[in-house]
Amino acid sequence: MRSLSRDPRKLAAIYAGGVLGALIRVGLAQAASTGPGQWPWATFAVNMAGALLLGYFFALFRDHPPEKLHHPLLGVGLCGTLTTFSTMQLELYEMVDGGRLGLAAGYAAVTIAAGYLFLRLGIALEARRGAFLGKYADKAPRDGPL
Amino acid sequence: MTAPGWIAVGLLGGVAAAARFLIDAEIAARVETPFPLGILAINLSGAFALGLVAGASLHGQVLVIVAGGGIGSFTTFSTWILDSHRLREAGLGRAAWLNVGFSLVAGFLAVSLGHWLGGIL
Repeated sequence: MRSLSRDPRKLAAIYAGGVLGALIRVGLAQAASTGPGQWPWATFAVNMAGALLLGYFFALFRDHPPEKLHHPLLGVGLCGTLTTFSTMQLELYEMVDGGRLGLAAGYAAVTIAAGYLFLRLGIALEARRGAFLGKYADKAPRDGPL
Repeated sequence: MTAPGWIAVGLLGGVAAAARFLIDAEIAARVETPFPLGILAINLSGAFALGLVAGASLHGQVLVIVAGGGIGSFTTFSTWILDSHRLREAGLGRAAWLNVGFSLVAGFLAVSLGHWLGGIL
């Protein structure tokens, strides 16, 4: 456990994914900044995209041995860093502080509910892809491409 | 944002991701529980820290680098939701709801406390 978590290749993969995730999230926040009275589209978008991708990667790399670098790079590094919990909480705080209680409640509820649905969608997409590839592999020798 | 500012965001984002992984692994190795305590601790401490820098009215490029590149990268939404899903998958539905509800409420209290402290510092 200890030796695996200190594996420098793994840390480098997480670092690289983190660099990319942070640049995309901050870049989008700079390009589409919103005020405390508005729906925070930039944060919402990265959190939904990250939940979808993490669901997909989680299902795809589920059976990978722990020394593989796919999940550290794309799951922990990219998706973990692309999405953010603290910024969402600060936005909720600013909404409540500004008296926008309905907006805050809606933002919290929709983010969590839709985030979960996007995660499940990512997992389902990977399963469909797996089923399609399995069918294709079975039929390819006899029938050629579908 | 200047070019060095963007480089700082990227570099800090990588450091924050690696720190999240190491702290999570360290907590998982010490505490024997299916509950994702590591990510909870990371998200709550990050919410507190972000409240602190926002309350201390840090602004401009420094705020973007510290808040967006550092703290925003350290905390995670996707892993929080995935961990909750995995608890549910393991038949621990109540723990899954607890992870969602407690993180949300405690995270809000953490950011509020940080904001208040940052304001009086």
